[in-house]
Amino acid sequence: MDTVACIKRVPDTGAKLTLTDDEQHIDTSHLGFTISPHEECAIEEAIQVADDHDGTATVLSLGPADADEQLRTGLAMTADEATLLETDGAEWRPRETAAALADALSGDADDPDFDLCLFGNESADVANHQVGIRVAEQLDIPFVAGVTDLTIADGKAVAERDVTGGTEVYELDLPAAVGVKEGMNEPRYASMRAKMQARKQSIERQDPVAGEFDGAIEKVKLEAPESTDGAAEVLGEGTDAVPAVIDLLRDDLEVV
Amino acid sequence: MSSDSLPSQVSTAIIGGGIVGNSLAYHLARMGRDDIAIVDKGPLPDPGGSTGHASNFLMPVEHSKEMTNLTQRSIEQYKDMDTFTNSGGIEVARTDERVEELKRRVQSAKAWGEPAELLTPEEVEDLVPYVNTDLIKAGFYSTGAGTCDPLRAGEVMRARADEYTDGGLHVSPNTEVLDLHVENGSIQAVETDRGTVTADEVVIAAGLWSPKIAEMAGVDIPLTPAVHQMVSVGPISFFEDYEGEISFPVVRDMDTQMYERQHGNDLEVGSYQHRPILWDVEDIPSIDEAPLSPTQPPLTEDAFEQSMADALEIVPELLDDPEAGIRHEIDGLLSQTPDGAPLLGPLQDVDGLWSCAAVWIKEAPAIGEAVAQWMTRGWSDIDLHGADVNRFYEYGNSRSFVKDRASEGFQKIYDIVHPAEQYQSARELRTSPFYEKQADLDAEFFEAAGWERPQWYESNSDLLDRYEDELAEFQRPNEWDSRWWSPIILAEHLHTREHVSMIGDMGFSIFDFRGSDVVDYLERMAVGRVDVEVGKTVYTPILAENGGFVSDLTIARLGPEHYRVVTGGAAGGSDRAWFGDHIPDDADVTMIDRSESLCTLGVWGPNARDVVDSVTEEDMSHDAFEPYTAQKITVGEVDAWAMRLSYIGEQGWEIYAPMGQGRRLWDVLWEAGQDHNVRPAGMGVYGTTGRLEKGYRLFGHELELEYNPAEAGLTFHGVKDADFIGKEAYAEAIDEENTATLCTLSVDDHAPEGGERRFMLGNEPVLDENGDVLVDDEGRRSYVTSAGTGPSVGKHLLMAYLPQSHAEEGKRLQVEYMGQQYPVTVEVVGSRPLFDPENDRIRS
Repeated sequence: MDTVACIKRVPDTGAKLTLTDDEQHIDTSHLGFTISPHEECAIEEAIQVADDHDGTATVLSLGPADADEQLRTGLAMTADEATLLETDGAEWRPRETAAALADALSGDADDPDFDLCLFGNESADVANHQVGIRVAEQLDIPFVAGVTDLTIADGKAVAERDVTGGTEVYELDLPAAVGVKEGMNEPRYASMRAKMQARKQSIERQDPVAGEFDGAIEKVKLEAPESTDGAAEVLGEGTDAVPAVIDLLRDDLEVV
Repeated sequence: MSSDSLPSQVSTAIIGGGIVGNSLAYHLARMGRDDIAIVDKGPLPDPGGSTGHASNFLMPVEHSKEMTNLTQRSIEQYKDMDTFTNSGGIEVARTDERVEELKRRVQSAKAWGEPAELLTPEEVEDLVPYVNTDLIKAGFYSTGAGTCDPLRAGEVMRARADEYTDGGLHVSPNTEVLDLHVENGSIQAVETDRGTVTADEVVIAAGLWSPKIAEMAGVDIPLTPAVHQMVSVGPISFFEDYEGEISFPVVRDMDTQMYERQHGNDLEVGSYQHRPILWDVEDIPSIDEAPLSPTQPPLTEDAFEQSMADALEIVPELLDDPEAGIRHEIDGLLSQTPDGAPLLGPLQDVDGLWSCAAVWIKEAPAIGEAVAQWMTRGWSDIDLHGADVNRFYEYGNSRSFVKDRASEGFQKIYDIVHPAEQYQSARELRTSPFYEKQADLDAEFFEAAGWERPQWYESNSDLLDRYEDELAEFQRPNEWDSRWWSPIILAEHLHTREHVSMIGDMGFSIFDFRGSDVVDYLERMAVGRVDVEVGKTVYTPILAENGGFVSDLTIARLGPEHYRVVTGGAAGGSDRAWFGDHIPDDADVTMIDRSESLCTLGVWGPNARDVVDSVTEEDMSHDAFEPYTAQKITVGEVDAWAMRLSYIGEQGWEIYAPMGQGRRLWDVLWEAGQDHNVRPAGMGVYGTTGRLEKGYRLFGHELELEYNPAEAGLTFHGVKDADFIGKEAYAEAIDEENTATLCTLSVDDHAPEGGERRFMLGNEPVLDENGDVLVDDEGRRSYVTSAGTGPSVGKHLLMAYLPQSHAEEGKRLQVEYMGQQYPVTVEVVGSRPLFDPENDRIRS
């Protein structure tokens, strides 16, 4: 069973975001790049499913030449193959991205050359929640978003997702696509040897098909979120701190 | 402790709350400062500098005595704070060359008093079962090595400082320094985004941000942020059976310039092998902008590729653990200086402003202590001259110089570095007017304080035939012994003693002092009496209050209110700071640095007078120009000034002329010398062979803060009436019997077990007949302070301080060099020259 994880190169989060002067982009001069957490789980799942069912796991990305780095991370996690739909670095909107991915995934004769395609539920940077379902629509395969558990049996995929007060369970005919949520699995850290080998592996590069779409969303500008005052408060030292910790957990955070 | 507060006034403000700033605060408080502020732009306990990402292991043995002592002392302090784990550390050798280097490590360990031994690959395996011993030929085991927790240590130090100051420590995290206020050359205040604090003293302990802070006061701290790549791999199942942070010795895989160390169930793999990656301090992100920390940018993957291959080779079992992955990977930023040493001490252009930067975790507690001693009483127990922030003054503070040298130096961090190894980058920075002439004569240039100085001249290679018999037994067959060396040095030496040579420029630092208070001022600075007749010169120690050496130099009286001080080039920056700092505010004394305006040419040897006299307007006879005096002379067309003295014990003069006329000075003397068999001679003769035969002491080698003038044999001045710095300790040292005395030794046998004849280069431990290192009653260990061949006395000479019990002429001892012990004999106790003991030649 062959799997594909679609991933995106995004700025490393966890730091204060600064914008370029034209407010069109995040200033990435101090930032590293990474893969969205949901997509890390997608890669992990793609690898596990392929391993369990004697298939091939592929990581696929649409992005600039530097997205190579994220694909190699996927290879280092032991995905078998990697494909980059290389752009010139300009931002692709969800519809265009989905069309290009669908084109790359559709295979030669409208018969998708994969059994299971995994997306992150949404990307960590723009979070449009669109690409996965658009790809599925274009390829005419079933799609479930928000998936937190996935099992493959008897040629079908069983996907679960959490909803308020319970769990929804879907059975999907293959080939199928899912939007994966963080927490579905624990993505592995790449071993040093795998990482080294990944650096030597070749990545297939393709020119993405550029579709023409009208009426798509236009980005006007970005706004950096207000920085929250994250100053730490010392609640006390040693056992003296216990009452304050209990109050916080019980009353403020309502977790106990 | 008043935390999170910024007072408006303190006596000492420390900028930087990493391990260095905390250590300084603690030791200053312990020494009596009761009003101290620590300001850091980051949060505590980890403000985001290198303290937060260091691998935190301490390997104490280095080839530098001071750095080893500082690490030893730091380990004691970390232990005292319960933040040290004694894991031991092993440096492994993959090559034969490295095995020799490890023997030299053992030699340094013995010299500096740190337990260490060589291990076979099997013994390495017994201690660290996961090392691939197929790759290694030997190990160097430093049993005292271990790891520390610098963040916890910082907390302990702040708490202790608070106790000592009785609440007088003000800690202000999340406070960014915006400016330093300087008035009339003195520090006034630190301006921050949370207010301004006035301070009598400000210490910049801001790690790799230090240059940026220094710039606010218009001064330089020459360092650059440099990347040290590090990854952490885990969870490793092998480690799960062991409790605690570390149960196995840290492994340094020296030949790949990497280390592997356990950290809980992770293995930290660090590398200094990758290409130098230097940052501009302006490009370092703020704490808010940095995903991990400002000093932990993402790993530059391609630079780490070879490091991964090498790590997988040396510890394959751990790294191929199927459960383990790379959990953390960074380009860790640390401070790299032009010569790898820290940048400590008072910044000479701003009174009250200090630097305590480019310090590693392994030495930080002791450096905090030593700098605190320096600040509170004027000298430190461990001599910090080699780390004086002023050592690059006026030549090596440019960004370009710092980057070139830091790039080159980064590659030396785990490399095998010969003691005489020369930097190749940023060369030909300071050249004397003789430079082109010397280059034409095929000079081999070495560099000192930026100055290009000939070490020897290939054009003198014909002398090797002339002195073939004398040199036969001093040829060095071993490559290491002869690296950065040439037998031509010895031939130049013999020629000089037989005929005459021109040596120069020596790269001296030259300071003129003028003013109505100049006599009183200089009397206070020098051991020797300086109120001498105009025209006299005085060679004198300069001491700290403890009687240890700050410098040794020559003071010449040029006029009733005019003196000239001539000191070594390398000591120029720190000497300038010392002299400048000690000029009283109300004194009429002006200091003028002439180092870049005067060049120096030595003409020395039995024919020196014949050469010089033939081209000077003045009478250069013995009676008209006595030894140890100075006069203005005119050499050809060049108005110059000369002192009749010589560091190699020969007849002759040091001639000083304006740089612009230096070339003419060389030409005139060179031409005159042709009738008298003149040769050029290099610093090899000046600094080593000639000097050692005469028993002359060299600052930084024999002369340092830990030994006093009585022990160094430099008490010929007696105790003058006038007060001077260190007088009490000096007088006491003369009265008391020495604990140790500086001696000259010679090597009896260069191949006691047959085979290749070996020649010591310096820093070797001196042993008694049983092979035990000599230790004096103050715990100071005997080691070779200088080594070199004396061709005129036909011996390879060593200097060493020996305990009184062993300071006896004719005494047989041993010296350990590269794992082998060599018999030596004490030739001279004290400063009597081995060659020409009555100094007849200088007086001829």
